[in-house]
Amino acid sequence: MTVQTWTFMIVGITFALYIGIAIWSRAGSTKDFYVAGGGVHPLVNGMATAADWMSAASFISMAGLISFMGYDGAVYLMGWTGGYVLLALLLAPYLRKFGKFTVPDFIGDRYYSNTARTVAVVCALLVSFTYVAGQMRGVGVVFSRFLEVPVNQGVLIGMAVVFFYAVLGGMKGITYTQVAQYCVLIFAFMVPAIFISIQLVDHPIPQLGFGGRLEDGTYLLDKLNGLHQELGFAAYTDSVKSRADVFCITAALMLGTAGLPHVIVRFFTVPRVRDARISAGYALLFIAILYTTAPAIAAFARTNLITTVNNQPYASMPEWFDNWEQTGLLTYEDKNGDGLIQYYNDQNEDFISEANSHGWSGNELTIDKDIMVLANPEIARLPAWVIALVAAGGLAAALSTAAGLLLVISASISHDLLKKQLLPHLSDRQELLSARLAAAVSVGVAGYFGINPPDFVAAVVALAFGLAASSFFPAIVLGIFDRHMNMKGAVSGMIFGIALMLFYILKFKFGVFDGGMNAVPSLRSNWWLGISPEGFGTIAMLANLVVAVCVSRATAPPPDNIKVLVENIRIPRGAGAATKH
Amino acid sequence: MSEPSPASYWKQNLCYLGILLTVWFVVSFGLGILGVDAMNEFRIGGFPLGFWFAQQGSIYVFVILIFIYVRWMNRLDRIHQVQED
Repeated sequence: MTVQTWTFMIVGITFALYIGIAIWSRAGSTKDFYVAGGGVHPLVNGMATAADWMSAASFISMAGLISFMGYDGAVYLMGWTGGYVLLALLLAPYLRKFGKFTVPDFIGDRYYSNTARTVAVVCALLVSFTYVAGQMRGVGVVFSRFLEVPVNQGVLIGMAVVFFYAVLGGMKGITYTQVAQYCVLIFAFMVPAIFISIQLVDHPIPQLGFGGRLEDGTYLLDKLNGLHQELGFAAYTDSVKSRADVFCITAALMLGTAGLPHVIVRFFTVPRVRDARISAGYALLFIAILYTTAPAIAAFARTNLITTVNNQPYASMPEWFDNWEQTGLLTYEDKNGDGLIQYYNDQNEDFISEANSHGWSGNELTIDKDIMVLANPEIARLPAWVIALVAAGGLAAALSTAAGLLLVISASISHDLLKKQLLPHLSDRQELLSARLAAAVSVGVAGYFGINPPDFVAAVVALAFGLAASSFFPAIVLGIFDRHMNMKGAVSGMIFGIALMLFYILKFKFGVFDGGMNAVPSLRSNWWLGISPEGFGTIAMLANLVVAVCVSRATAPPPDNIKVLVENIRIPRGAGAATKH
Repeated sequence: MSEPSPASYWKQNLCYLGILLTVWFVVSFGLGILGVDAMNEFRIGGFPLGFWFAQQGSIYVFVILIFIYVRWMNRLDRIHQVQED
């Protein structure tokens, strides 16, 4: 059977499975729709959280990014896992005790103010919409490459599936489909990794094979460092970014992870406080399986790529090279007319004379980082069904995250805006209907952005973490750990933090104050303390914290009933009672 | 440990958080980022040690930290009789 037949078959079976689960677990009340009835087993919730969390970016892009970044790729690995420690220790158990349905619910009640609630809703919508557009785009890319369907139709098919189970099932439907999607995506990620690890270093566990020896007896990482040196790149295991920047980006991703509404809301779905704690542990365990494999895949793929293409005749390239050239994600230009492919670092000024001595006149191969995971099984000549499996895994990752985000968007609109502010007399049935409508509309909007992606989607998805870190994280943590934090402190902190973050993004990422995008590269030397916009969330978070504490100490303390509320969420007993709505 | 009371429960909780978050910081930001060059002087198998902490070791430690936290807190809940059910 061809790759395409396999892909149609495997993708078809998984889609049928998701829809079947959605019908079986459809939502009957708003509590079902927002928090799956609050009765999800912690192990199930952990698995669903892992699928929710691991997006198209984790599955498709991350290993590719790392394979081009080497050591610096650790910012994603540590940043996107370390945040769960903060989540488990500082947020999840207390928010579970608080009960309710959404993050703006907590902010609004804890800071006894609809202004705070509205600020939180705006932040939640901003973060979630930028994120979801990236997911739909990922769906489109997988469809276009593996099923040879145009990207637009791919997005439409993806929209139809998400529409079906998010609108019908709400959080309940999403949770159980995400369990299935986790199984599909982790299987699809691990199978090629294990195959390639056996091929390259003769070890079935990629995490260990990563530090293993190649056939010629040299360690894989030593070999890779050697190849990098020959081609003018920095050693794979060394850092290119400044130490301060690596520190700040890692911290911003951790703090952002712990502040993302679609992750936090997951911990409202389990029955008890102790379930919220253990559930965060299970979630990180399931995530860690993929996150410790990704850097191994990155190193394997990098080695395979360099040894397959560099200085080899273009005419003798394998079939995958041609396939990806057709998508435009891989391009070759024979600059010195020798018919060979030269792949090296032509930006390295110290390497120019050596390149000239070889007769090379510039790097001839451009590779989109996103194709590394998808092309990896083909590069390693794995069987057709493995390639099809990877396509199904990429779709599972994108769809599960998209569904989780759509739910946050619909809950923000129907619950935090309509029920809590504009139309307080809405009955449960009416609220459920409006939640479904809001979900349906947001699927449409997300699909539109998937088909017509604004140029800045990729940039903004990374920055969404900075926005979440600079707004939600301090407001929630202070709300739990500082009894004296009041409305004025929290609101001014959130507004100052997110405004500072937006200013820094606009100035250094989009060059708004210095004549547009063209000025961006030259502004790098002006970065404050040498910190990139991606890492600035850490600074903005600290600014939020300082402003919130100073303002709260200079203004009247919160009312006594709020102090009682804080005392109450700190102690587990009585969590069941607190969920009454 | 002092008499069970909400205040002593909270104090003990903060103490656990202090210990666990210190380890969290040391393995990731300490060994994996700030001290990576010094750590890379050592090797385990084919890995420079600092690189291993940054791309593998810190993640394993994160998982272990959460499970230790769960154990400690469940025990603390029982001592203070604030456990659910």
